[in-house]
Amino acid sequence: MLMETTRRTFLAATAAAAEANLHAQTEAHAHEHQAVPSDPALRAKALESLLVEKGLVDPAALDELIDSFEHKIGPRNGARVVARAWTDPAYRQRLLADAPSAIEEAGFHNQYGDHMVVIENSPKVHNLVVCTLCSCYPWTMLGLPPVWYKSAAYRSRAVIDPRGVLREFGLELPEDTDLRVWDSTAELRYLVLPERPKGSESLSEDELAALVTRDAMVGVAKVSMPTAGGKA
Amino acid sequence: MNGVHDMGGIEDMGPVQYEKNEPVFHAPWEGQVYALNAAMGAWGKWNLDAWRHDIELLPPADYLRMSYYEKWLAAMEKRVVTYGFVTKQELESGKPDPSSAKAAPILTAEKARNRSRGIPSSKDPSVPPRFSAGERVRARNINPIGHTRLPRYARGKTGEIARDHGVYVFPDTNSRYLGQNRQHVYSVRFAARELWGESASPRDSVYLDMWDDYLERA
Repeated sequence: MLMETTRRTFLAATAAAAEANLHAQTEAHAHEHQAVPSDPALRAKALESLLVEKGLVDPAALDELIDSFEHKIGPRNGARVVARAWTDPAYRQRLLADAPSAIEEAGFHNQYGDHMVVIENSPKVHNLVVCTLCSCYPWTMLGLPPVWYKSAAYRSRAVIDPRGVLREFGLELPEDTDLRVWDSTAELRYLVLPERPKGSESLSEDELAALVTRDAMVGVAKVSMPTAGGKA
Repeated sequence: MNGVHDMGGIEDMGPVQYEKNEPVFHAPWEGQVYALNAAMGAWGKWNLDAWRHDIELLPPADYLRMSYYEKWLAAMEKRVVTYGFVTKQELESGKPDPSSAKAAPILTAEKARNRSRGIPSSKDPSVPPRFSAGERVRARNINPIGHTRLPRYARGKTGEIARDHGVYVFPDTNSRYLGQNRQHVYSVRFAARELWGESASPRDSVYLDMWDDYLERA
């Protein structure tokens, strides 16, 4: 027992020392080669305290801005609009013809000035949204974009190899499907209206909204019914 | 500018890394950077096109290495000095110059709660469109040294006007404060084979939003 403990302690200490050494090397390397200091957390903190001290920003406003994206604005907004379009054909028409008005009508104030365009999937047409030049994304409807949407991998390949990208998301498109990729190069912001899943006829608008995912509204997934016994 | 930010069509960037249940911000500093950027933007000293160009101007190796919010932070550190909000000495020391006057924040908590960032309206009958839906157009082969929203992969390629989106500020001039130069923006459909050659699927197409000045009749 004693020996066991000693050995474990020794191994743990060795591992910790090795890690510390590696960390020190990485740090040294970073300081040699980077013009910009490496720790963004420290820099952000320093910048905030400077700007607050100079009276340029109000810390309470910062909290409000962070809170709105952590708790209020997100893909649930887009999901509500999609579910309504699925259950109300006249609303669907308005949404496709004039998305900004239809979105306001659904009770979402367009506070990011997004000029929304809604594009519709069908059994023969699939839409995919990307921004190859930066990371434009429909904030009011979906919140802030996920890391993969902003990544070089996605931005570079969504236009040249969209079917390959979709395959990585687990979506194999039939060859005879028309695939339309929307590169958000201007101030228009695109939201995909996915197909309503088969077997969802009896679901209420709220239940439908719960099925709609962010990925489906970007076009990298389809909406599916929860599998029996699985998590909804 | 033919920079690394213009990524459409580049190969070998690896597989798309998907994170399940991704948080909105991965660390408090990301939220801090997001909020500082919005609060400073409220002063109205820069426009969105100039803002985007600042990020494009990060050194290419940094641009590829940095995360999204690291890019925002690096560009913001530069921008607050360039636009005269803080001095270089203040940024380096983290302390305000004792002789500088204290400002009153533009963005209050109340305004942040009821935030409204308007992109100027796209409806203006006084600006006539040069093209209409169904017309064949070619994206001009231009290589501006400043900001542009015409990706390299579309230059010289032929497509079709799918839809007129209305009138928007022209980023190439607006980003340099050389005028808004408002003009029509169209959704232009390009066949994937026109962009990428015969190996692309005949069923695929890419739609780009393009300003009048990016297009010529084909």
